[in-house]
Amino acid sequence: MLDDVSSSRGGLARLGNWLVILFTAAITLLWATPLIWALVASFRPAANPLGRGDVWFSFPLTIESYVRAWSLAPFNLYYINTIVVVLLVLGVQITTITLAAFAFARYRFLGQRAFFFLILLQMMIPTTALLAPNFSTIRQLGLFDTRLAIAIPYFGSAFGTFLMRQAFLAVPRDLVDAGIIDGCSWQQLLRHVYLPPSIPTLVAFGLSSVCWHWNEFLWPLIITNSDQSRPLTAGLVRFTQLGEIGAQWSLLTAATLMVIAPLFIAFLIFQRRFIQSFLHSGIK
Amino acid sequence: MLPYLLILPTVVFVILFTVWPTILAFYQSFFLQRLNIARFREPTFIGIENYVDLFTDPRFLRVLTNTFLYVLGTVPISIVMAFLFALLVNRKLRGIGLARLFLFYPTVLPLVSAATVWMFFFTPDYGLLNSGLRLLGYSGPENWTGNPDLALLAVAIVAVWKNAGYYMIFYLAGLQNLPTDVFEAAALDGANWWQQLWRIAFPLLRRTTLFITTIAFIGAFQTVDHIFVLTQGGPSRASTVLLFYLWQERFENQDVGRAATLTVILVALLLIFTVTNFVLSERKEETNA
Repeated sequence: MLDDVSSSRGGLARLGNWLVILFTAAITLLWATPLIWALVASFRPAANPLGRGDVWFSFPLTIESYVRAWSLAPFNLYYINTIVVVLLVLGVQITTITLAAFAFARYRFLGQRAFFFLILLQMMIPTTALLAPNFSTIRQLGLFDTRLAIAIPYFGSAFGTFLMRQAFLAVPRDLVDAGIIDGCSWQQLLRHVYLPPSIPTLVAFGLSSVCWHWNEFLWPLIITNSDQSRPLTAGLVRFTQLGEIGAQWSLLTAATLMVIAPLFIAFLIFQRRFIQSFLHSGIK
Repeated sequence: MLPYLLILPTVVFVILFTVWPTILAFYQSFFLQRLNIARFREPTFIGIENYVDLFTDPRFLRVLTNTFLYVLGTVPISIVMAFLFALLVNRKLRGIGLARLFLFYPTVLPLVSAATVWMFFFTPDYGLLNSGLRLLGYSGPENWTGNPDLALLAVAIVAVWKNAGYYMIFYLAGLQNLPTDVFEAAALDGANWWQQLWRIAFPLLRRTTLFITTIAFIGAFQTVDHIFVLTQGGPSRASTVLLFYLWQERFENQDVGRAATLTVILVALLLIFTVTNFVLSERKEETNA
C-alpha cells in the first residue's frame, strides 16, 4: 500500500525513505513549537524577561508566574463557571437528544419529516452566526450575565439528535420486538434495548460537546459581564488585556496553560476516544 | 401523543435559538435602530436602506474581500496540508503516534489560548517567527500583527495551524479504510507511488475531501476568536472579517439594524454554500452510480 516506501529495494529508495522521515519530524516539531515554547516560557523567572536571542530556557525554573497569574485574576471562579456550563450543556443535551432521537427512530407520527427538517436547520445555520439576535432574546428572558445564558442556546442539538437517531436505527428489529412482546414500557424499551448498544455514540458526542463548550469564546464574551459568570476563555482574554500584564510572557503563558490544562490532560489520557469522537463529529 | 412530547424540548430550543433569531434578524434588517443615539433608539422602518448602505460602503466591501481572502486562503491550504500529514503519518513506525499527537493537538485547544501563544511568535524584534526568519538570513517585515499587509496573513497562519491536524484525522481514517488489493494490483501493473497516490487514493477519498471542505468552509466563516487576541480586526480593518465586523457593529457601535443586516448576509452565505455543496455531492453520487 501507500505506506510501503520502505519495501522498495535499493539505496536510493532507502535514502528517500529517510528524507520522508526527516521531513515528518521537522513538520511535527514545527507544529509542536507553540506548546513547547509556552511550557518553557511559563517557568521563566519574571526577573529575567525574554529578549533578542534569549527566548527559550532561562534558569532557575520557577512556578512563580502561575502563582502570580492566579492571584491577578479570579481563575478559581472562571474554572467553576466553565465546569458548570460544560456540565449543564452536556447533561441537558444528553437528555434532549436521547428523547428526540428515540421518537424519530421508534415511532411514525404526523409531521415527522417536517419536524426532523426543522431540527436539522440548526446544523445549516450555526448558532454562532446568530449571536446578535440571540443576545436580544437572552436580554428579554432576563438571563444576561448568567451561566445559564451561556449554556441555553445549546440545550437542543440537531447534530446530537441526528447521531443518536442513526445509532437507534441500527438496533436490531428482533431485539425491539422481543422487548415489546415482554411488555416493556417505552422507558424500559429506551433504557434496556435502545441505549446500551448506543453508548459509544453518546460518549463520542459527549466528548466533542465538552471540548466545544470548554473552548467556546465569542458567545460567553458578549453574554457575560462579570467574573461571577465569566468562563476561562473570556477570562483569559480579559487577563491578557490587563494594564499591568504588558509583554510579561511568562505570566501570559502560565495563564494560557492554566486555561488549557484540564481538558488537555484529559485529551492526553484518552487520546483514542477523543480522536474517535472528533471523527464521529464528521458524520454531520 | 408521546412522540410529540419526546421531541418537544429539542423543538422548543431550536425554535427559540435558531428559527426565531433568524426571523428576528431578517425583520430588524429593515429598520434603523442605534442604541447609543437617543433619537434612533426606537426602531424606524427604512426598507432596504441598510442593505444599500452596506453594499455601497467601501469599509464593508473591504470586509467582504478580507473574508473571501481569508476563507479561500485558509481552507484549501489546510486541506492540502491535512492530506500531506495523513500520508506522512500513515505508516507503521516507532514514534509515529507521537507525530500524530503533535499534529492533532491544536484541535483540542481553545483558539484564544492558542492565539495568546502565537501573539509572541508575531512579536516584533525578539518574536519567535522573526528570530526564526533571521536564522534563515531574512530580515524583512517585523511587526506581523501591526502591519496592514501582514495582519490577515498572521491570522490565517494560526487558523491553518489549528485546523490542518483536525482535517488530517479524516484523511487518515479514509486512507486506512482503502481496499488494499487495488493498490497491490496497481503495483503489479507497475504503478509507482505517485501514480498510486494520484490516480487511486485521491479519487477514492473524494467523499472525504468533500466532507472536509464543507466543515472547513462553515468553520472558517464562524471562527474569529483569534482575531480578538491578535489584531482586533486591525490595523485599519486589514484583518476584519464578516463575523468580527458584525460583532463590532452590534456591540461597539450599538447599531442593531446594521448588525441584523450583516447577520442575514452571513446566514445567506452559509446557506448558499451548504446547499450548493449538498447538490453538487448528490449529483456526483448519481453520475458515479
